[in-house]
Order: sequence, then structure tokens, then C-alpha cells
Amino acid sequence: MSPAPSTATRTATTTADPADAATARPVELHGVARTFATPAGPRPVLAGVDLSVAAGEIVAVVGPSGCGKSTLLRQVAGLDAPDGGRILLGGEPVAPYDARTAVAFQEPRLLPWRTLAHNVALGVPRGTPRAESREQVARLLDLVGLAGSAGLRPRQVSGGMAQRASLARALARRPGVLLLDEPFGALDALTRLRMQDLLLEVHASRPTTVLLVTHDVEEALYLADRVVLLGSLTAGAADTSVRSVVTVPGDRPRDRADARLAELRAELLDGLGVPTHHPAHDPDAHHSI
Amino acid sequence: MTDAPAPVVTVAGSSVRATDARGRALPGLNPFSLGLAARPGAGPLARRPVRLALGLVVPAVLLVAWQLVTASGLVAPYQLPSPASVWTAAVDLAQRGLLGQYVAISTQRVVLGFLIGAALGLAVGSVVGLSRLAGALLEPTLGAIRAVPSLAWVPLLILWMKIGEESKLTLIAIGAFFPVYTTVVAALRHVDAHLVEAGRAYGLRGARLLGAVQLPAAVPSVVAGLRLALAQSWLFLVAAELIASSMGLGFLLMDSGNNGRVDRMILAIVLLALLGKTTDALIGLAEKSLLRRWA
Ligand SMILES: Nc1ncnc2c1ncn2[C@@H]1O[C@H](COP(=O)(O)OP(=O)(O)O)[C@@H](O)[C@H]1O
Ligand SMILES: [Mg+2]
Repeated sequence: MSPAPSTATRTATTTADPADAATARPVELHGVARTFATPAGPRPVLAGVDLSVAAGEIVAVVGPSGCGKSTLLRQVAGLDAPDGGRILLGGEPVAPYDARTAVAFQEPRLLPWRTLAHNVALGVPRGTPRAESREQVARLLDLVGLAGSAGLRPRQVSGGMAQRASLARALARRPGVLLLDEPFGALDALTRLRMQDLLLEVHASRPTTVLLVTHDVEEALYLADRVVLLGSLTAGAADTSVRSVVTVPGDRPRDRADARLAELRAELLDGLGVPTHHPAHDPDAHHSI
Repeated sequence: MTDAPAPVVTVAGSSVRATDARGRALPGLNPFSLGLAARPGAGPLARRPVRLALGLVVPAVLLVAWQLVTASGLVAPYQLPSPASVWTAAVDLAQRGLLGQYVAISTQRVVLGFLIGAALGLAVGSVVGLSRLAGALLEPTLGAIRAVPSLAWVPLLILWMKIGEESKLTLIAIGAFFPVYTTVVAALRHVDAHLVEAGRAYGLRGARLLGAVQLPAAVPSVVAGLRLALAQSWLFLVAAELIASSMGLGFLLMDSGNNGRVDRMILAIVLLALLGKTTDALIGLAEKSLLRRWA
């Protein structure tokens, strides 16, 4: 889905119970700031972050390592509170540990004494009938390719498998806002492509707003409606803000080899400070900088 | 002398686990000689019966040495009676119905005192470990009480509760309380903050969070604390029975010492060793199954 038109958003929210966590929510950040107190003094990480995400939209967040991407997701999930600005989900302020969101953390954070199935079950909203919950867990494990490992403990599986279980746990919550912190980082290249398609399938079958942190520019361009580049606005500044927002052309599923994406990729990598070498026979790309 | 401080508890706990899980098997001197089957933890020492048999070697050697020393007349019988006469003393006490009674009453005191102390340790430790307010309020006082040597309680407890069962159970419960309390507090404070946050993010709070994340994460160290508490219970039992009682193994020790019955003293010590080892082995089994489930 391309950036949801406001009419579509309105229909979506009126047809579903607004109190239901499963309704896709728009996310708004207004001047969000976060400064950490450290022994060396205050450390500003985020300052003046403005961002508006439509209900059902997929927005990828890219930025250099340590620039505050995880910190930003934590503010939206209500795991941490900004010390400036406001964050609204569906027009209402984020609550602590907001139940309308689900996070797949950068580390899998599975409970080591539970099987993968029981870990995924933690994500199923409380009050779900037991049989239904079991069925959902089985379906999600199957979806992320872990059906055969349901009874294993986290330490018996690879890092990539644990990360997929963590993704399944987040999906089990049927959140209005799905927050994914480098969810495919620990996966091998092939599994990563499969999981990207899986995420798109899940999103197409039951739209939810997705905020996806990634360090993989190609992944961002393949999955997202828009890509947000985080970074400091002025050279040498300690704090991070939104440097640019790129709207990705084309409907999903996209062709990974699309020439327009290659251009955007070069632009984003440039923004990340990675020099790109354009082929000599492509003068257009050369001039696009 | 008796109350082990918390850091020791933790270290002891982790080393126990490491050896249990790996079976503490040393590969042969030349691991390559074991061929393809060679794995860490393989070899004859990895097998239970072999290890059990090896554990009996030293006691058997001691027994033989004891027999030889007493038979050769190197030591006077009133200082060290022969194994046979200790056995005779045991049979004699058993026929009078005293042996069974002493063993039963001592075991009962240890089990009850341990259960009371461990339950309190778990409860108070959970509160102190989870609530900063409770920690600030209770920790200094409990730390000071823990510093009191066990024997110092005896006269006071007798004065308050007379020489009945209560005074002994209380003393043993005090002995069992602190290892559990300190390990629970330390374990709950060191639960991986990432896991707790994940639990909260998925809607767990209060008792649910405690049951689903915090307590399970603390299980391995708590079990180690329980094991230590049981050992302390036997220690405190003897302290209680030595000073104020009319039955039990501690009483047998004291009474026999007064009457010069070295055979019965040795019998009491051997029985304490056997009972202590047995209860420790039982709790070790429980530990193993708990760790399989929770670690
Ligand atoms: N709780 C905290 N206390 C102090 N500094 C923090 C805290 N959390 C994050 N930071 C700092 O904020 C910066 C951004 O961290 P993070 O959001 O994890 O970066 P990213 O996810 O973009 O790699 C880092 O420099 C990190 O050290
Ligand atoms: Mg991060």
C-alpha cells in the first residue's frame, strides 16, 4: 500500500472498534527530544524529531549506528518517555508500555526457560481463548518457518531462528503499530529475503502501521512506503533529527532490481556517508547527486 | 562462622551447576586415543555407576585404616574404639528404641525448621529484591541480624521459648532463612533488565511479571540458596541440640561426651554425615530437575 490517503484512513478507523489494539493507527511525532543523563553529563540523542506516519503505512528508519534509531522506537512503544515533544498514536498520547504497539527488539529477548511456542504465546493478547491462542501460535511459527522448532528452547536454536521467533511474538499481538528494530539483522541473506516477503504478506492480509528500523538501505526501499533518514542536521552536532524523508515509488511487491530504486539507494547511501561509485556509462546517475 | 555471605552463595551456586550439567568428566589423558567416540564429557568417568563407585573408595580406605589402627593397638580404645564396637553401640541404641527416635526427631527438626526458614526467606527476599522501599527499610536490619553468630541466639531463645521444640525450630529456621533470603534478593536484582522490559512490553505487570519473568529467571540461584540453607539447618540443629535438648543426635553427642562414650559420639557423627549427605542428595535431585526446566 502506498501512503494511505486520508479518506482510506478514516474508513479504516470507523469500521473497526477504535479501542481494539488491532486497528492500524497513525503515528505522529511532534518535536520529540530525548537526552540521557550520563556520568559524563547530559547526552542529547534526539532533538526536534517530527514525523507523521499514516495508518497502515510502512516507514523505514535508517541512520548511522548509534544515532538513536532504537531510542526513537522505544519512545513510540512507551518503553521510554521523551523529555520534549509529543507522540500520538491514533490521536492519543502514547501510554507507558503502550498496548497498541508491539516491539520486536533488536535482540530477540526470548525467555530462555520457555520453548519457542511458549515465547510466541506471550505475544497473544490476554483473554484470547486457549485453543485459539494455540492455533495462532502454531500458524505464526509456521509462517516464520519455525514449525519444526516449536518445542525447542531459545538456546537450542540459532540467532536467526530466535529473531524470527521474536518477530512471530510481535505479530501475535496483532498490534495497531508494529515496531521492528532491525528484525532481519541476524538472518542469512536468503532467509532475510524470505522474511521480507513474509512481512509484506502479513501486512497485506491485515494492515498495520509499521515502523521498521534497518541498516540495510535495499531492505528499506523494498519494504517501505517512505524511508526516513535520521542523522545530525549540522556537521558535528551531537543530536539526531530527521534529515530527509524519501517516498519510494512503485507499488509492492517491488522489483528488487528497479532502476528507480537504485537511484534512491545511491542517494540514501550518500546521506549515510557511504560513497557510491556509479557506473561510468550511466551519466544520469552521476548527475543526480 | 556459620552465616555464609551472599557472594559466596552465588559463587558456590554457579560452580555446583557447572559441574552438575557437565558431569565433571575429565577426558582421558590422551583424548585422541578415545577415537571417534571422544566428546567432551565422554569416557568412563561420565558414567554414573563409575562415579558412585569412585566416591566410595575413600570411605572404604578410611574404614580399613580405622580397623587397622584400632586392631594394632596403636590408639587406646577409650580414644578411638574399633568400627565393630561403634556398630555394637548402634545396635544397642537401636534395641532400646533410642537410635530411631533420635534420628527421627533430628530429621524432623531440620525439615520443619528448613521449610519455615526457607519459606520466610523466599517471601522476605522477594519483597526486598523487588521493592526499593522495602529494601531501604529492611535490608540494614536484616543484615545486622545476619551478622549475629548462631550460638548467640541460643540462650535468648531458651529464655523466651523454654527448652521445647519451638526454640530449636526457631534457631534452625534462622539458619535456613539467610542463605535463601540473600540469594533471592541478589537474584531478583540481577534479573536481565532486557527480559523484564520485554515482559512489560508484552503486557505483564505485578504478580504476572513476577511469575512469568522474575522468579523463573531467579530459579537457578534460588535453588543453590536452598541447598545451602539445608546444610545450614543441620549445622544449627546440632548447635541447638548440643546446648538444650533431651533427645536427638546433638544430644547424643553431648550426653556421650559427658559419659565418655566415644563409640556413641562417633556413631552420632557418622549418622550426621549420612543424614546430611542424604538430604543434600535429595535436594540435588530436585535441583537437577528444576534446572532442566528453568535454566
Ligand atoms: N539508557 C541510556 N542511557 C544513556 N545513553 C543511552 C541510553 N540509551 C541509548 N543511549 C545512547 O543513545 C545513543 C543512541 O542509541 P541507540 O538508539 O541504541 O542507537 P541506534 O539504535 O541508532 O544504533 C547511543 O549513543 C547510546 O549510547
Ligand atoms: Mg539500535
